[in-house]
This record gives sequence, C-alpha cells and structure tokens, in this order.
Amino acid sequence: MNGTVLGNVESIRYFLPEIVLVGTILAVIAFELLAGRGRAPEPPTAIGRRSPVCDGTLAIGLLGVAGSLAALLSLGYEGPLLLFEGAIAWDPFSIFFRWFFLAVAAAVLLIAHPYRPLVCLHYGEFVSLVVGTAFGMMLLASSTNLLLVYLALEMVSLPSYILAGFLRGDRKSSEAALKYAVYGAAASGAMLYGFSFLYGMTGSIHFFEMREAIASGGIPVVHLLVPIVLVLAGFGYKIAAVPFHMWAPDVYEGSATPITAFFSVGPKAAGLAVLIRFFHSVFAAGGEASLRVIGSVDWTLLLAILSAITMTLGNLAAIGQDNLKRMLAYSSIAHAGTMLMGAVVLGGSGVHAILFYLVVYAFMNLGAFLVVIAISIDKRRETIADFRGLGWRMPFLGVSMTVFLLSLTGVPPTAGFVAKFAILRALIEEEIYWLAVIGVLNTVVSLYYYARVIKAMFLDAPDPTEPALPSLSRIHLALLALFLVPTILLGFRFGVLDAIAAASRFLVVGS
Amino acid sequence: MNRLESYLLISSILAALGVVTIASRRNAVAILMGIELLLNAAALNFVAFGRFVKNAAGTHPLDGQIFAIFIIVLAAAEAVILLAVIIAIYRQVESIDADRLRELKG
Repeated sequence: MNGTVLGNVESIRYFLPEIVLVGTILAVIAFELLAGRGRAPEPPTAIGRRSPVCDGTLAIGLLGVAGSLAALLSLGYEGPLLLFEGAIAWDPFSIFFRWFFLAVAAAVLLIAHPYRPLVCLHYGEFVSLVVGTAFGMMLLASSTNLLLVYLALEMVSLPSYILAGFLRGDRKSSEAALKYAVYGAAASGAMLYGFSFLYGMTGSIHFFEMREAIASGGIPVVHLLVPIVLVLAGFGYKIAAVPFHMWAPDVYEGSATPITAFFSVGPKAAGLAVLIRFFHSVFAAGGEASLRVIGSVDWTLLLAILSAITMTLGNLAAIGQDNLKRMLAYSSIAHAGTMLMGAVVLGGSGVHAILFYLVVYAFMNLGAFLVVIAISIDKRRETIADFRGLGWRMPFLGVSMTVFLLSLTGVPPTAGFVAKFAILRALIEEEIYWLAVIGVLNTVVSLYYYARVIKAMFLDAPDPTEPALPSLSRIHLALLALFLVPTILLGFRFGVLDAIAAASRFLVVGS
Repeated sequence: MNRLESYLLISSILAALGVVTIASRRNAVAILMGIELLLNAAALNFVAFGRFVKNAAGTHPLDGQIFAIFIIVLAAAEAVILLAVIIAIYRQVESIDADRLRELKG
C-alpha cells in the first residue's frame, strides 16, 4: 500500500491520540502537585491506604486513555498516510497497535489499583509513567524512520527502567531496575551502532529510501549482516528473544507484579511491531502478495533460527522454576519465540497470525498475572508452593488460572490453541516444516510446567498453618471475567478477531 | 585525516572499548561509562557518514548530524536514570558492585 505524504501541519490532526496522551501525563503530574499542596507528605505507613488524591490521579489517567481511544475512533481510516513528511505511518497495522497499547495501558492501571504495595506510593508518577510508556509504544509501532525508532524505543525504555525499580526500598525491585537499565542501555547502544552503518551505506534514515538503496544492490554481505545483527540485538532485547533475554527473569521477578504484567505484554508487542515494520519496509519489497527479501542477507533465516532457539530455551528454562513470576517470564520468552515464527513468513499471513496471537496472548497472560496479583495483594506469594490447594480455597481463581494456563499451553478448545494453530498454518503454507515441528514439540514441553501449577492448585493439600488469603477485590473480579471470557470464547468463535487481524495486517510500503 | 576511513577507525575503537568495558567491569558506574563510549561511537559514525555520504539525490541532508544531537540528548537522559538507580542500590546494599547483586537468580 502506498501512502500519501502529509506535511507537518496537516499531520497534527492524525497525531491527536498521541497528543491527548502527552496532555494526560502533564495533567496527572499537575493534579498531584496542586491537590497534594498543603498536606503533609505521606508517611511510609500510608502505603496501601487510599486517598482522594491517588484515586484522582488514576481517574485522570484512565480518562486520558479513554480520550485517546475516542480521538482514534473519531479519526476513522480512509487510506494509508505518512505523517510528518514521512516519519510516522498511519496504516491499519499501526492503528491496530495504537488500540492495543491503549487497551493494555488501561488494563494495567486498573490491575494496579487494588495492589497494596503500589497504592499511593507516588501514584501520580506511576500513572504518568505507564501512560508515557504507552505513548512510546504507539510511536514505536508507527515510526518509519531510524531517528524516530530510536527516540520511540527510548521513550518505552526509560519509563520502564523507573517502573521496574518503583518499589523504593525493596532490594529486589532496585536490583531489577539496575539490570533492566544496564542491559537495555547496552542493547540500544548496539542497535544505534548498527543504525549508523545502515545510514552510512544507504545515505538515508528513511525506511523507503533505504529500501531503494538496498534494492539497487552492490552492498556486500558482511556490510549488511553486521548491522542487521546489531539491530536485532536492540529489537530482540525488547521482545526478550534469546540470546538477548538474560534480563527478563530477574526483572520480572523483582518488579511489582502489575508492572511485570505490563512488561510481559506491552513492550514485547511494541518490539515485535517495530521488528516487523523495519524488516518488511527496509529489507523486503514487492507488495503484500509477492513480498520478497532484498539485499544480500536472508534475514528470514536469521529470524527463524532466533525463534527456534528462543522457544526451546524459554521452555526448557521454565521447567525448573519454583517462582511463578520467573516461570511466567520464561514462558513469555517462549511465547516471543512463537510469535517470531510468524515474522519468518513474508506476505500477509504471517503478520495476520501474529496480530491474532498478540491479542489472545494479552488476554491469557494478563489473566495469569492477575491471579498472581490477586493472591499476593498484601505480601509476596509468588512460589508454586503458595498456590497449593488454591483450587479448593478460592475456586473461581483456581479455575480461571487453569483456563489461562491451558490457553498459554495451546490446548483446545482455548484461544491459545487457535492462535498457535494460525501461526503454524502460516508456516506450513510457506513450507517451512522444520520450524513448525520445533514449534509443536515446544508446546509439549510447555505443558509440563504449566500442568505443575494446575496440579499444585487442585491435587496438593493446602498448608493448614497458612493464614486466609486476601479476598478478591471488585475491580480484579471484573477484570478476571473480562480476561476469562475471551480466552474461552475465542477458542471457538474467533471470526471477529480474525477479521480484525486480517484487516490490520497491511503496512504502508512507500509513498 | 580528512577521510571517512579515519573516522570509522576511531569510532570502531571507541565501540570496542565500550563493549569491553561493559563486559569486564563490575562497577556499575564503570559499566555506564562503557555504555557512553558505545553511544558516542555511534554518534561519531553518524556525523562522519553525514559529512561524506551522499543520498540518492546526490545531496548532503543534515540527517546524520541531527541524529548525533539526539543521541547526545538521550544519552544524558539515560545516564540520569542509570545514576538514580545506582544511588537507590547504594542506599540498600552499600555497594555498586554488580557482582554483589544476588537477590535475583535462577
């Protein structure tokens, strides 16, 4: 799809959803400053106690996200555009991700609301950081220019570092922040070094001009391979693909659980979006149906190897984990590998399958994290031992967790099965059989560690000395139902989501 | 000295030093210095390419130079956050030795 290039002034209209988000960040900070003026600073004992100020910041944050969604809805879609002289894409693919990130941000704000370690702990900052990350992710999924990719990536990374260390005074949380920041800064430095060589060889930082320079040939293999590997380090770090995944288990375990849930869905999807757009716009040409690799490097093979290693290592490492957050971290690495399998398939069917998978993954993964959050609302209860007998003590939580875990495995009739099937079908249609076989084998491995949790919940007796679990808050109950229904329903009535994913697979490919 | 190769040589030395520093030093501030070296290698590359490489139209747009300015600004932002995290760690552990951070592993 060729897009019309819009000038700076005409583009502002289409940038309204993002502008609303930036306004929200400022409004939240200003509100907290003004409403909190004259009060004594909150003593440390106030953590966990709600106040009008902290409820107000949450309300403003949610209103801002809703306003951004409304702006997106009112803009409609009439055809692909390239905003700001070709720097930002306005195409079905980027609009899909704008929706996705806004929904994820709203869900995380609501999930965090009853979580006591976070409540009223600089809540305004928490809300503005989550909204800021959402803004960065929206930018990342739509940028068509190296400079903007770098800026957006940092707009996602920098707030994430702070979010990881948000539980101040908690040693694990601070350690998670340091590990996240050091790995992240090194990965983005490597990516930047790769960008500089791509710029040097193509003479441009705009995706489509770079593609023309690469298509005209004459760039030796080595000169393309090294920058591609460096750029993959930057994107792979956001997705948590092996071998750039080392930070993930530590950061997931150390951060506050609502923030972990956010990391496992938001930045991962953003990294996947920018990876697809970068490789499909710069290193591939020929329209949707006949998209083919250009340049001297077959990057689809690189991605295929990367996804096979990511899936296998993620699943194998998850087997030995006793901490549920670490287990879910490795499982999210394995899911990143599964989604990368879709990126190997050029043409629409791969992207189509990935978009479908992402939505399903968001429901089931946020759901699984929500169960962990719901039972560890007052103190850290994150090991599998803490889940013993949960199915009998809190049946609704236990049954929901079982559904989410089965869906994460990819067992029919859950949504996870349909999503995994879509990715495998795309691979088999392209006759990449070896990768499909590895994908199926990995599903079998993953069943083992997910089933361990289910066994602990239903077959193991609860510890009799264990005090009663906290009761489920109303927000969490509503959200749990919201995640549970699609996880089951999409297992057999997936027509609507499939149509949305099919319509959203189009990327703007030039001007 | 006024050739592209000499700039690329300097930047690759900078990048190599940066990577070695990140991989070998245990002090968190020293790791931050290594990251800065890597970022500056990329910035130097951008400026050098911007000066010597023509785009398809045969002109020299200022893309490379502008990119370098953005790198400098964002490197500062990144350093601020990393230093803040390092201070938070120091308050709890009384050390900024990356080897002594062993709460999270497995």
